[in-house]
Amino acid sequence: MKFNFIKYTTAIVITSLILVSCSKKDNDSEPLGPDFSGTYMQKDQMGRPAVNTVFVSANKKDEFNVTVPSQQNAKFQSMFETNLKGLSPAFANPGDKNALGQDAAAFTGLLATDVLNVSLDGKTTFFDGVAANTLSGRALADDVITVELILIFGGEDGLTNSENPTLSDDNVSANDKDFLTSFPYLASPW
Amino acid sequence: MKKSKILLGTVIIAIVGLITVVAADHIDAPAAKGTTADITDFYAFQGENTSNLVFVANVQGLLAPTATAGASFDENVLVEFNIDTNNDNVEDLVIQAIPRDGKMYFFGPVAPSTTGLTSSINSLILPSSVAITKYGSNAVVAEANGMKMFAGPRDDPFFMDFARYGEIIGGKATAFNNPGTDTFKGTNVLSIVVEVPKARVGGKGKINTWVETKVKQ
Repeated sequence: MKFNFIKYTTAIVITSLILVSCSKKDNDSEPLGPDFSGTYMQKDQMGRPAVNTVFVSANKKDEFNVTVPSQQNAKFQSMFETNLKGLSPAFANPGDKNALGQDAAAFTGLLATDVLNVSLDGKTTFFDGVAANTLSGRALADDVITVELILIFGGEDGLTNSENPTLSDDNVSANDKDFLTSFPYLASPW
Repeated sequence: MKKSKILLGTVIIAIVGLITVVAADHIDAPAAKGTTADITDFYAFQGENTSNLVFVANVQGLLAPTATAGASFDENVLVEFNIDTNNDNVEDLVIQAIPRDGKMYFFGPVAPSTTGLTSSINSLILPSSVAITKYGSNAVVAEANGMKMFAGPRDDPFFMDFARYGEIIGGKATAFNNPGTDTFKGTNVLSIVVEVPKARVGGKGKINTWVETKVKQ
């Protein structure tokens, strides 16, 4: 009797051990993929080139990065306008416009919402001299900084006769390596 | 002779240091600056196949060639391409890219479960992936579900006389040099490039798009 008790108890214990270890093994042997769980919080964002760098005051740069684009205009347009007039005082004159025909309010109203506008219907470029193509994307070879400098410093005739020629072009017009015509388009690293 | 060499060396180091500090403004916000979540640039353009649109997000800029092999994507950083198809500047579609164990995984384009500053990855979506190209190797490209994907180090495609711009803004110069000097010459970035059929990101007309980095909490 006592022997049987020990025998059965041992059998139960061993069985449960086997069952427990089996069930553990079952879990381990499931084909688990990479773990993508969790919540990811905004750190940095960007639409158009150099917008945060140029138009956002130093003490607001982090805040700009965690303001969703749909709220950027209401929150930051007036700061953009102040900073634009600081960079290029001509914009403070009534009626003064850039080469796109925008006054300070209209220009900064466009820029404060930091998204890139992209056409799905054809040419995609930041600016190529053709009015209809303006802000239809950003291609690798686009000289975006010179375009932005012309719009900030160039005045109404900035494309052909800038008000501030020595500030309207950084005189770096192309990348240091040729881009590829095929995917992945960017040049191999140095 | 030796002393002047040392002095010259010190001056060169000081100049290089100044340029690096100024150029680091390309990395624009203090909270993101120098982290693995730094976005340096964002591009969106029509592909070689004009039915496709290409998105490029670059992070971790100003990598010297000697530092590039040691740079890697952070598994805690989600890179999210946001696509607004109805002009309200709220994302209707996202393409999420996140690395795991040497591969970059892509989810979408898909409607996000939530819009705004927090994101999660829908584990029910089957991701596409590409092996992350190692420094010094040919670009590894994957194609799946009509998409092309790449992730790895590339030459920084951005070009600008950023150092001179910094001097002008800082009141130390009044004009750009001609010719200018590309501050980003000879430097690399970590790039994520994804090409998708236009039909999957709005079809036609104009979209608004921006890129975000998000850090796992």
